[in-house]
Amino acid sequence: MATIKELSKREDLLSGGHSLCAGCGASIAVRQVLLGVRGPVVCGSATGCLEVSTTSFPMTAWKTSFIHNAFENSAATMSGVEAAYQVLKRKGKIPADKRIKFVAFGGDGGTYDIGLQSLSGAMERGHDMVYVCYDNGAYMNTGIQRSGATPFGASTTTSPAGKAGQGKPQWRKDLTQIMAAHHIPYVAQASVSHWKDLVDKAEKAFAVEGPAFLNVLAPCPRGWRVPNDMTIEIAKLGVQTGFWPLYEIVDGEYKISFKPKELKPVVDFLKPQGRFKHLFKPGNEQLLETFQSEVTKSWEKLKKLAGVE
Amino acid sequence: MATTIATQKPVAMTGNGGCALAMKQINPDVVAAYPITPQTTIVEEFASYVANGAVDTEYINVESEHSAMSASMGASAAGARVMTATSSQGLAYMWELLSIAAAMRLPIVMHNVNRALSGPLNIHCDQSDSMGARDMGWIHLFGENAQEAYDNTIMSIRIAEHADILLPVMVLYDGFIISHAIDRFEVLEDADVKAFVGERIPERALLDTDNPMTFGPFVMPAYYTEHRYAMRNALMKAKDVVLEVSKEYGALTGRTYGLFEEYKLDDAEIGIVVIGSTAGTAKYVVDEMRAKGIKVGVLKPRLFRPFPAEEIAGALSHLKAVAVMDRADSLGAAGGPVSLEVASALYGVANRPEVQGYVYGLGGREVGPDLIGSVVEDLQKIAAGDKPTTAAKYLGVKE
Repeated sequence: MATIKELSKREDLLSGGHSLCAGCGASIAVRQVLLGVRGPVVCGSATGCLEVSTTSFPMTAWKTSFIHNAFENSAATMSGVEAAYQVLKRKGKIPADKRIKFVAFGGDGGTYDIGLQSLSGAMERGHDMVYVCYDNGAYMNTGIQRSGATPFGASTTTSPAGKAGQGKPQWRKDLTQIMAAHHIPYVAQASVSHWKDLVDKAEKAFAVEGPAFLNVLAPCPRGWRVPNDMTIEIAKLGVQTGFWPLYEIVDGEYKISFKPKELKPVVDFLKPQGRFKHLFKPGNEQLLETFQSEVTKSWEKLKKLAGVE
Repeated sequence: MATTIATQKPVAMTGNGGCALAMKQINPDVVAAYPITPQTTIVEEFASYVANGAVDTEYINVESEHSAMSASMGASAAGARVMTATSSQGLAYMWELLSIAAAMRLPIVMHNVNRALSGPLNIHCDQSDSMGARDMGWIHLFGENAQEAYDNTIMSIRIAEHADILLPVMVLYDGFIISHAIDRFEVLEDADVKAFVGERIPERALLDTDNPMTFGPFVMPAYYTEHRYAMRNALMKAKDVVLEVSKEYGALTGRTYGLFEEYKLDDAEIGIVVIGSTAGTAKYVVDEMRAKGIKVGVLKPRLFRPFPAEEIAGALSHLKAVAVMDRADSLGAAGGPVSLEVASALYGVANRPEVQGYVYGLGGREVGPDLIGSVVEDLQKIAAGDKPTTAAKYLGVKE
């Protein structure tokens, strides 16, 4: 487990100078994940903010080998890269002692929705790779449209709050649980606010043989309607309120990584965000109660799975 | 030129079996494939080669054609030699990636066993699948029979990976008619195929982690045009490379291939242009007609992308009338894709022949000598002064 002193000596594999927004959670997630890999790594990315803002030809912010293919196929593309590594190593075209790690990144749109099939296939086939979803809860690159990861009640450009609608009417998909159902050796949920936990989980994910999945809460100040300097704070509130519990599933065993005695009320997480503003209007108390009861229910369920009181 | 032709042996095999055998002999690094009729038996037979240790390929059983192409692209960018196969809806499902594979300059070789596109759902032969993907930057090589499908598979590796090209190649042949019918053809020894295709030595590869490189970047208007222009130039160069590789293959096997095949066309007055298995039937009809003194010939395109417009125009310019038979329609256009290409190629020719387009054989509709005979009759009338119709004629429609 790395200390901050050790991490400060490691090189950032995603350089500065890219065009991601100030306060973007995605770049923080990527840099923390890459701090967890030792030795050569090949990165892949789905189409989205991360790719568009880091690879504008003829420049690149990636110090690693990098491939972007399309929106929904980061996992399948990296399956091919990993398969090529296995065979070229077997054929002696890559030195036997050379170990290369593989990581695919996707936002929640490219992972929960359009990329789910590609991700599921790659995990089921058992490729030795890490898939990282940076979850900012909407299609941010195309202008804040709702995704399968968008929280209940969030106002997005395709689930706007208005006279008749109160933001996204559905609960968010639980991708971490879906990935756990793939019986892969390592699944974890992490947040950019808990850097040590995230880097530790990335290290474990890279260390396992076979597929690993990391779901990382990566706030988008633009989409969440919070100030640029609030990224880490709002992500922390997501964790402290139980909206985004930190946990891992190692060979099917659940372990909660952060166990507050008492969860903060979920409104502490919702209130600072402009996308939930309408939930606080008189008459919408019921929606806030629904949100709280869903979070509580999920937290209790998770505690049961992890065998804790 | 004295050449020693390699020892070959005759086999009786389906077209798909021949292509699977060629893949075995090539022993690609990675194959990522998903089953779809009529392609499936290629990947099934290849899976057996993998299971029996006849090849040391990494075989990825992907969950869709979209992922088959995605994984193929990742593996090819990684530096591996990659093959895959598909048909019809599978090719359509890969569509968005076909363009990216060409733009990323990935020399993937893919069999597309031609099959009608839905709807209505139909598993039988026509060429609407690959014709629908004709503008994606891939090289399209058509074969008439199992021999040509086998030969094209081997040559495609060299064409795709040629340093001046680096583009993906589609090896095309007719579903069921070629894929599933047993044909007699000659196959090379494994060692000769191995020597002919050599090793892939990529200039740029993701796995060369000491020299990190970004594949598939985001490009603003300032550079996009230049990327497409580079693709076009590489694709146009493929004509020369196809000829160069085919010549070398001819020296090895005694079977010579060009950009297209001309059959009794030199002294012909009228000609039929037709791609794929129907060219065989057309040649049979030509022989019958020749016996009756009718001067008809056949031009069978082999390389469809890039389209060798100048060369085809040269080969057809002395004719009075040309029938272009398309096993696909370009819905809403004046004719099928091949007839549009041929008419366009002939446009600048002085005293150009009249061109009559036909759409035939859709969804596996049988095309016998009688139907092609009716085309020859039409052509004779056009050569004698009748005007061709602007829109292509549909052959054999039940009214």
